[in-house]
Amino acid sequence: MKTIFLNEKELLALLASWCETFDVYAPNDGKGEDAACSVIGWGKIASKEEFYGVLPDKIAKGVHKTSIKPFFFPQPETLVTFTSDNKPCAPLANTVGQKRLILGVRPCDARSVMLNAMPYRDDPYYQANQNKTVLVGVGCNEKAITCFCEKTGGSPLGTDGLDILITTLGTGFALEALTNQGDELLGSQGAALDEALLAEFTKRRESFAADAQKANSTPSLKGKDLMSLYQSKIWQDLSQSCINCGACTFLCPTCYCFDIQDEAIRKDKGSSNACACGTGGCACDAPSVRRIRYWDSCMFPLFTKHASGHNPRGTKEHRVRNRFMHKLKYFPDRFGALSCVGCGRCIRECPVNIDIREVMTTLLAVD
Amino acid sequence: MSNSYIPYSAIIDDITVETEDASLKTFKLVIENEEERMAWRHNPGQFAMISVPGKGESPIGIASSPTEAGSVLFTIFKIGSVTTALHEMEKGERVGLRGPMGNGFPVDTAFKGKNIVIIGGGYAFTTLRATIAYLLANRQDYGHITVIYGSRSPGMLLYRSELEQWAKRGDISMNVTVDRQAPGWEGLVGFVPTITEKVAPSPENAVAMVCGPPIMIKFTMPPLEKIGWKDEQMYFSLENRMKCGLGVCGHCTCGPLYVCKDGPVLTRTQLKGLPVEF
Ligand SMILES: Cc1cc2nc3c(=O)[nH]c(=O)nc-3n(C[C@H](O)[C@H](O)[C@H](O)COP(=O)(O)OP(=O)(O)OC[C@H]3O[C@@H](n4cnc5c(N)ncnc54)[C@H](O)[C@@H]3O)c2cc1C
Ligand code: SF4
Ligand code: FES
Repeated sequence: MKTIFLNEKELLALLASWCETFDVYAPNDGKGEDAACSVIGWGKIASKEEFYGVLPDKIAKGVHKTSIKPFFFPQPETLVTFTSDNKPCAPLANTVGQKRLILGVRPCDARSVMLNAMPYRDDPYYQANQNKTVLVGVGCNEKAITCFCEKTGGSPLGTDGLDILITTLGTGFALEALTNQGDELLGSQGAALDEALLAEFTKRRESFAADAQKANSTPSLKGKDLMSLYQSKIWQDLSQSCINCGACTFLCPTCYCFDIQDEAIRKDKGSSNACACGTGGCACDAPSVRRIRYWDSCMFPLFTKHASGHNPRGTKEHRVRNRFMHKLKYFPDRFGALSCVGCGRCIRECPVNIDIREVMTTLLAVD
Repeated sequence: MSNSYIPYSAIIDDITVETEDASLKTFKLVIENEEERMAWRHNPGQFAMISVPGKGESPIGIASSPTEAGSVLFTIFKIGSVTTALHEMEKGERVGLRGPMGNGFPVDTAFKGKNIVIIGGGYAFTTLRATIAYLLANRQDYGHITVIYGSRSPGMLLYRSELEQWAKRGDISMNVTVDRQAPGWEGLVGFVPTITEKVAPSPENAVAMVCGPPIMIKFTMPPLEKIGWKDEQMYFSLENRMKCGLGVCGHCTCGPLYVCKDGPVLTRTQLKGLPVEF
């Protein structure tokens, strides 16, 4: 797999060439909104000029306002449609459509796609969304105050989940192919890194990797006894201020819980009546019900409430504990990695200043 | 990749009103597509998602045994939107069926050659019916079978005619009880824990399945423990709220466990190592 060096002009030309085969998305600071992905904060790039603003050295440090979760987990996503006589139709609309390339992805966000793919391993929708998406990342030279990817097993120059990683280097940019697809996209552009650049590039990567290894709290958390963490006194204090708004779970790139609901398709109300399979030629081209999934949150009391009224996680303490235990203990025990990439969005936006870094520190101190 | 979110189309082939207040009905579902119908396999103790398009899906325990091929039975309590819509449906109408899901009871492994005790209360008896039918169809593979089943009143008992048929067989000990004496009732009277205390067999080479309201389960444990039953011999079935049934959506979790996938059947040993979130 190759790593090449490009100057600004060459990079702009390469990015523009990708527009011919892909729908290219990049961070757009909340300007514009793309209905197809309902992504706010990520927009479709239409012209060469627009690329200038998203060059790796021009985008703001830290993570973008919203993660790339909606590209993989659209809000909402149709799972099945039904005809008026209750016949289901195979919905594979999301496998059709143009391939997408997302540019300017931070390593933490790219890592979240890889982590979510573990529970979603057999999910045809998630897999289809992943298969039609190319991720081109931008390494972080500088961290924002809420960034802590190293503590979670990531790194500012991490490559997990990416097809290509771009980093600023010397007077230009290093583009590192990480998958076959990434390799193909780089084509025969540019030159290989010369010896001096290669040495600098390697040194930076190694020093970040060493820091990350030292800071990674995954092994220690995995070594803790689950019930000791669960029964720890910290949850009551921690949950006291929480208002269960769920903002953290919606912003979080690695929160992936969902609800399923049925929606009537009312043609007279102008709602789309396209069949979920998207082929147009199936038996149910006039569906009357759409079964959708959309983001849900374990912060909400209804998430676990039975029809009888009984609620196994009926208190705030239960729910706050569940969110952190899932990310820092249950998921790592099952899948080997934390379900947190250290992006810091929940810290940035929590209205009552709950800080997952403090939760980690406290849990690490439990014997 | 197969798509586990798409339900089979199933036709309601028959509906039986089970209880005097009509709050519980048994639906006999037949998968429309013959190939899919023939390919359906399940274990006693597994469940499925039944859906009424436009209303939603509900997880429901499978009440029939895999040995009763060709159709699948579900006994459903009318409580909310999906279950009410189901209760309003008629024979011949179409519903969605997704599954089977979950692990089920280990009838072909851990239970083989064992004496079996089945303790049920209220409408949690549905998957126990599936289990009893399976055990009886493979009678030679198991030792003594003891059933303790209780309900509020005779009119609230499920599967009345089968209970009577089983009671007539010599190879299964049936102990059907109601909470209070009622006119015309000639069977046992008393709560499930009390009857358990009287008739529970020895734990030697045995397993027990205990399914019912939490209060029944709680009071059934001491009499069993008293005569030496161990945690690893006792099996429960959890009923957490569910959406996907595939171990993804997060609704059903009990601590680290996905009840829909790792359960719903768990031993008491497994339960004791978990947060109490059920
Ligand atoms: C493994 C399992 C087996 C079950 N077996 C049976 C059975 O054999 N017979 C029976 O009558 N009931 C059974 N239940 C309970 C049944 O699923 C609920 O009563 C039913 O989902 C209520 O749906 P509703 O739409 O009528 O109620 P609403 O309150 O309108 O519920 C809306 C949605 O919430 C969810 N939900 C609400 N309560 C529950 C609950 N207790 N458990 C799971 N999901 C819930 C469902 O997704 C439902 O569609 C079982 C539940 C589980 C988990
Ligand atoms: S838990 Fe917070 S810091 Fe971790 S990935 Fe989610 S939003 Fe980012
Ligand atoms: S019901 Fe969705 S994870 Fe169990």
